[in-house]
Amino acid sequence: MTEPLPDAQPDALPDERQRRFIQRFLDHVPHVKALGISYRNHGPDWAELEMAYAANQVAYPDTGVIASGAIFALMDSVAGLSVVMRMRELQPHATLDLRLDYLHPATPGVAVIGRSECFKFTRRVAFVRGVAHQGDLDRPVASMVGTFMLTAMP
Amino acid sequence: MTTADWAESLRRSGRGEKMGSLPYAELLGVIADHDGSDLKLIMPYRDSLLGAPGRLHGGAIAGLLELAALSTLILAMPEDEPLPGLKPVTVTVDFMREGGQRDTFAAATITRLGRRVANLRSIAWQYDHSRPIAAANLNIVLDRG
Repeated sequence: MTEPLPDAQPDALPDERQRRFIQRFLDHVPHVKALGISYRNHGPDWAELEMAYAANQVAYPDTGVIASGAIFALMDSVAGLSVVMRMRELQPHATLDLRLDYLHPATPGVAVIGRSECFKFTRRVAFVRGVAHQGDLDRPVASMVGTFMLTAMP
Repeated sequence: MTTADWAESLRRSGRGEKMGSLPYAELLGVIADHDGSDLKLIMPYRDSLLGAPGRLHGGAIAGLLELAALSTLILAMPEDEPLPGLKPVTVTVDFMREGGQRDTFAAATITRLGRRVANLRSIAWQYDHSRPIAAANLNIVLDRG
């Protein structure tokens, strides 16, 4: 069972209906809500989500640095969303593997933006890459690469 | 609370105790099951861990795997030395089975513990340790100041 995404206007900024569709979809993902992750932007094969800084994400109490696990959850979410963007429909998919390289600690008190692109797509597997950053794409907090299985039976 | 306090509470922890007051562990609801030598973490099922309907979010499972690795590493550090800063640098997670709406367990083993880097393998399961739902490889840099 698949659900097509609303069509975007050609050459338009992200379509308002698509944006609302994605936000509504995210609102129904409990762990995404628990981490304060929200919609930021999207395109035909990419997506951006934002995770507001929150005290309950902290894993290094001395410095207030958040858990890399929270960033992992952000990146897993946005990577899955970029796969949905590329597929143009909500097909069942599951993370096969995801690797994050943490380049420098996230600055406490500042939101983390996750951006992912689905750059290759086959009948069974989708390939993603992306970054987590805090406003400067040239100074990423983490880089990501991963694969998703498309689990719908043909 | 500091990371050193976390280490201290982890060392003193016993069966079924909350993990100090580490905020991210609280968010996931993770508790430690520590029998003095082996450490296992338990993430009791709660709705806020769900991703797709009926399935745990991969990020919650990855978070549990990471906490298991960090906790195992802390317990392996000599108590009479200052705890180095623990900085996960690469974390790779393989997802093998979907996580259902039930308690999840995780335990980690140290592949190598050096002066500068520790390499760990962390496994998460639900029904049976031999049927993992996910596993992580973590390379953690030890910052000795």
